[in-house]
Amino acid sequence: MGKKTLGVALLTTAMLTVAGCSGGGSPNADETAAAPVNPDGVSGDITVLTNRTDLIQDGTMKKYAAEFNKTYPEVKVGFEGLTDYEGEVKIRMNTEDYGDVLLIPGVIAKGDYPKFFAPLGDTSTMKSTYRFTDKTDVDGRTYGIATFGTANGFVYNKALWKQAGISEWPTTTRQFLDDLRAVERKTGATPYYTNFKDGWPLSGTWTNSVGSVSCDSQASDKLAEMDKPWEEGTDLHALDTLLHDIVHEKLSEKDPATTNWESSKTLLAKGEVGSMMLGSWAINQMRDAAEKAGENPDDIGFMPVPAQEGGRFCATLVSDYQQAVNVHSDHKSAARAWIDWFTEKSGYAAKEGAVSALKSEGMPDTLQEYVDNDVKIVERSEARTSEVNAIDNASEIGLAKPDYRQKLIDIARGAVDGTLDGYFDELDERWSQARRTVGS
Amino acid sequence: MTRTPSTASPPVAAGAAGTAAEKHGTAGRRSRHRAPGGASWHDRPLRRVTPWLFLLAPLALLVTFTYVPVGNMIFYSFTDWDGVSPDRNFVGGDNYTELFTRPELFKVFAVSLYYLTASVVQITVALYFATVLSFDLRFRNLFKGILFFPYLINGVAIGFVFLYFFQDGGTLDSVLSWFGADGDHAWLGSPESANTSLAGVSVWRFTGLNFVLFLGAIQSIPGELYEAAQLDGASRWQQFRHIIAPGIRPVLSLSVILAISGSLSVFEIPYIMTGGATETSTFVIQTVKFAFQFNKTGLASACAVVLLALILLITWIQRRIVPDERVDLV
Repeated sequence: MGKKTLGVALLTTAMLTVAGCSGGGSPNADETAAAPVNPDGVSGDITVLTNRTDLIQDGTMKKYAAEFNKTYPEVKVGFEGLTDYEGEVKIRMNTEDYGDVLLIPGVIAKGDYPKFFAPLGDTSTMKSTYRFTDKTDVDGRTYGIATFGTANGFVYNKALWKQAGISEWPTTTRQFLDDLRAVERKTGATPYYTNFKDGWPLSGTWTNSVGSVSCDSQASDKLAEMDKPWEEGTDLHALDTLLHDIVHEKLSEKDPATTNWESSKTLLAKGEVGSMMLGSWAINQMRDAAEKAGENPDDIGFMPVPAQEGGRFCATLVSDYQQAVNVHSDHKSAARAWIDWFTEKSGYAAKEGAVSALKSEGMPDTLQEYVDNDVKIVERSEARTSEVNAIDNASEIGLAKPDYRQKLIDIARGAVDGTLDGYFDELDERWSQARRTVGS
Repeated sequence: MTRTPSTASPPVAAGAAGTAAEKHGTAGRRSRHRAPGGASWHDRPLRRVTPWLFLLAPLALLVTFTYVPVGNMIFYSFTDWDGVSPDRNFVGGDNYTELFTRPELFKVFAVSLYYLTASVVQITVALYFATVLSFDLRFRNLFKGILFFPYLINGVAIGFVFLYFFQDGGTLDSVLSWFGADGDHAWLGSPESANTSLAGVSVWRFTGLNFVLFLGAIQSIPGELYEAAQLDGASRWQQFRHIIAPGIRPVLSLSVILAISGSLSVFEIPYIMTGGATETSTFVIQTVKFAFQFNKTGLASACAVVLLALILLITWIQRRIVPDERVDLV
């Protein structure tokens, strides 16, 4: 009987389990989170989920909320900071409880947006006011507004490069490598820092520059139709070859396995490291680090990817996280009021030295060099991002994940067997195979 | 009513009437008892329920936190779920087919060999220290504490600490340079050295656990045996060979089982220290990447089920080869 009972218990469990899996009601997806007309008319407690735990801890977010309350006195804003934002929100999104305002996690398939978020308006009208609307556009409706955008390039230490006798930005990858070599020879600094251990600086930042080489805002979308994205002449080929050559010629840190992002900021500020591929959001952080280390913050420079189209540099501009309203929220208009206020009035993007989501705002101070040198800002099209992501996941390459570039670096420094061309062929093969299975 | 006498009487010290009679009674006698006695009619249902009441809390916990998740996992392994989407399609055995038609997914088990080798070292070292410290020795409690200490530290913290330890020019390099060795080595830089280093960390961490298990087992061996052996002129090695080793056999075989299943499912140390880069990825890291990087929760669940089956199989085989015998020293 003991055994029987256990069996019954297990069976019941299994049945409960299976039954429990068919949850998930369908909320009213058509209800637009419209901006309130009269600020005094909105009320309610809203919770804002964010990845910026640092801004919650130092009270910056609270200040924003207090500022917000001057216009919307009846809305109470609470913040919830998540250190592992993607990981935690993904799990919470299996329930209905994932805040009122949240950043859209990368894991949600674009086609599923209407199931999770309330639409914010028609894309055709949103488009004229906001940048990056196509990233969250599903069937003509926009589901998110960017917190800010980031231009891509190399953060570098100007004083160090000057010391090496370089005052002009390199215009080709060949020249870039020569410059790095000069930095190493004349200053003894590490010319480039990969941040191999932390991983993320190898992933998004490099892939975000797809389009910087060809000066094509559609370059990223085109991956959806390419069978060989690593073929000679493509952006990925150019970027990954550059990374490979930097490491292969020993122009990067000696032991990549124990790099550290936080300390790398100080290294760059002090001139012990020459350059790093990052988004423009990093400029302010580097300047802070320079100040803390007693160095001159103006030494931190930002240069575009060493490639020119028609005598002009290009740099991609990509959207950071986008804020959205939970479709299950009871205070949709309060939530929308927060998003609008945060985007338009808070001054958050400017403070972070990033590009505002508002089209009416110009480039931030951090990108002054880009403006002065007439770098063409290419706003990356996101029209086919969902297809690209689907292929990327199916191929298990991970364009925005560190693994494949970590292996590239391992090949470049001879830690694992393989050649660059062989690896590109393998990636191409996996990509084209995944394209067939995804059925695009 | 097919209850056997042994389950009929729970080990509760309730002094209810008729307990002794019931314990040894047959089913027939019990039913006879029940009919006339009014008191037992009231006692019986409650008494029957009592053990289950005690079991309720652990069973609820066990079911909620073990069987439901495992059931869920098995269910997911038959779907193409991505981890968040409200829709999931039942795909039958597709995930398993994919798993077994991609031999490269099982290549990562080669990494387990490093950890398996390490566990041999770990068990040997633990056994050595457990034996030595079970004899009278100065400062033996201090040494016991030192040896057990690493096991008390959180694995994540260990990962971070050893990251500095293995850094180029870090602790290990500086210590080596005192002895004149070239203080400049990227320990986590190449697959062989990275895997060896990581396996070394796992030895450092788990030796304490093995040590305590062995120590406990050794100390349960009656002291007269050693005295008798010493009188007979047995050396320390002979004492180990003929008294200690057979005396702790069950614990030893348990350690081997834990070592093998542990080697197959290594996770936190390599995940924190290298994230699986430079060919240090293990099967569990690979599974986690399927689930959380590439959103293939279905495939990842299938991986987990396969790993579970594999470990159960290996344990079963091991039990067949080395059956759990009763130890009888005296």
